[in-house]
Amino acid sequence: MLDPRENIINKRLERVKHIIAVSSGKGGVGKSLVASTLALTLARKNFGVGLFDADFTGPSTHLILGVKDVKPKEEKGIIPAQVHGLKYVSIVAYSKENTLPLRGVDASNALIELFAATIWEDLDFLIIDMPPGISDATLDVIRLVKGIKFLIVTTPSMLAFETVKKLLKLLAELKVPVLGVIENMKINESKFIRQNVTDMGFHFLGWLPFDLKVEDSLGDINALLETDFAKRLAETISKILF
Amino acid sequence: MLYATIFLNAALQKGFPMHEWALAEAIISSVSQIAEKEGLKEVKEVKIKVGELQQVEIDILEFALSELKMGKLKNAKFIVETVKAELRCRVCGEKWVFSKNELDEEKTEAIHFVPETVHAYIKCPRCGSPDFEILQGRGVWLESVRGVK
Repeated sequence: MLDPRENIINKRLERVKHIIAVSSGKGGVGKSLVASTLALTLARKNFGVGLFDADFTGPSTHLILGVKDVKPKEEKGIIPAQVHGLKYVSIVAYSKENTLPLRGVDASNALIELFAATIWEDLDFLIIDMPPGISDATLDVIRLVKGIKFLIVTTPSMLAFETVKKLLKLLAELKVPVLGVIENMKINESKFIRQNVTDMGFHFLGWLPFDLKVEDSLGDINALLETDFAKRLAETISKILF
Repeated sequence: MLYATIFLNAALQKGFPMHEWALAEAIISSVSQIAEKEGLKEVKEVKIKVGELQQVEIDILEFALSELKMGKLKNAKFIVETVKAELRCRVCGEKWVFSKNELDEEKTEAIHFVPETVHAYIKCPRCGSPDFEILQGRGVWLESVRGVK
């Protein structure tokens, strides 16, 4: 027996120029904020951008974007919702406010289903907000999405970086391209992350401040894009993406 | 063909989702790849299993397949078999069969698009746990491809 869905995934993505998985391995480091802000920043630069929230058990990009009804259209597949100039897909369209407890195999199946059915069409960038952990979703995107590149987020803490390091090692072993590492929630002058990332042979892209205004801006993208966090992220990614 | 077209239009008017088309595309793409890999000159028969959890409209799926088949698949016969969606609770071991009648339209539509959302809407009828596995009948699977070498 063969699952026909896996076969169609790269056809669905063939008109997407860059597919970027915003990942960490560790939870709570700001992946969703980085992914959403990155997507919005690119859209403001007039790129065609998609944002796919692949964190099925803990989706949060809809809160960052301030969207209540994210229902995609249905026409020979799933047509992403249009949100703030982004093509947007989140499991929230289907699970609503309910808890969605998923084991690995189920999360994997849901990911394959959405990749196989979503018609992104022409995009310059598809940003994937990855779930925490180095498990099914990470392994699935590496296995199924041709040309995927990883953008890694960590905090200054050695506790976060301990797991990030493991993800970086895995990506290096599997020869998956890594755009670089962003240090988020920076609160002091420590060079710990920069040094370790560089020593491992990866590109340290820069740091983002621990910005108290970010929490107040959730749901208001104009306020979000005005934060130091967002401005610094735009500056950081401009070196590699535009 | 005419009948299928009429049905499809009726289905669209009733607001049936068109996820079937995406699934049909995936099936055609997979069968084409298998035919290429196995060196088949022509595909004669394709057996597909469709799980009831996803509530795929078989007529729409068959219509989409007939519209999409070409090349080596042009004369292929698609045999679609439905499989009951059997669930088993991981906590108490209870087994039961999914029935969409217990859910409203919005929930059944969510499960149609992403069958795993069933975990948000259904719980074990015996112990109430959402920790159950889908033993069979989740989505669409290719069972066999028969052709001429």
